[in-house]
Amino acid sequence: METKTRSKRRAYVGTDSCVACGCCVKVCPLNAISVFRGIAAKVNPERCVGCGKCARECPASVIEIREVRP
Amino acid sequence: MKKHWYDYLWIFSLTYLILGFFNILFAWLGLLCFFIPLIISVSSGTKGYCNRYCGRGQLFSLLGGRFGLSRRKDIPRWMKSKAFRYGFLLFFLVMFFQMLWNTYLVFAGARDLRQVVTLLWTLKLPWHWAYHGTLFHPGTAQFAFGFYSVMLTSTVLGLITMALFKPRSWCVYCPMGTMTQLICRAKNREGDIVTDQR
Repeated sequence: METKTRSKRRAYVGTDSCVACGCCVKVCPLNAISVFRGIAAKVNPERCVGCGKCARECPASVIEIREVRP
Repeated sequence: MKKHWYDYLWIFSLTYLILGFFNILFAWLGLLCFFIPLIISVSSGTKGYCNRYCGRGQLFSLLGGRFGLSRRKDIPRWMKSKAFRYGFLLFFLVMFFQMLWNTYLVFAGARDLRQVVTLLWTLKLPWHWAYHGTLFHPGTAQFAFGFYSVMLTSTVLGLITMALFKPRSWCVYCPMGTMTQLICRAKNREGDIVTDQR
């Protein structure tokens, strides 16, 4: 029997255009994203499951959900 | 998600705008929105104000999010470019200093008090009903009119971009946000390398 495994996803922040507003932090259900030293948002890869809530909320649309290559 | 006391600061922002409609001298309270972010970024090197305490951001988030007054579209690429953000900050500062200059002229007695609120740096709105005299020099009222103009203009711009793009689109080009981010960058220079994930 063939089993289909969904590839893992996670959020990636386009650090250069991030305005560090913290909108993503407020909506993350797993506390997997934080604003690092007021410069840009930073994803904790251990916690992020790639749900995409932060990407939808980001006013600058700089967060992308990508598949994680094994 | 658990709500904190600071999640209700949008009430403060809304009250501020309403109070300025009745008595312009309340506009002075807006200085808190200028000094607190700067103090937080200079002292702790974070954008704690934007991240937690910004009532204006919360207000846009509420109106655009829960009230559904936003199209939730991506902001145009040029609006999030560094050129636009820094350019807008510069323009905002120039306009701010011009407002301070006008205040100085009233203090110096070179000009009379003008009871108008200037919207979007051009439209002069009559606002005389909100002025009932002051115990201090008329210059203090001139500053209040000028400062309320700044706050109202930024709110109107924020509401327009909230409706067109995402609720907190204002945060992308907010001059205070840009300024505090620059302070944080200067304070944590090595941070640029650490956060780069691409």
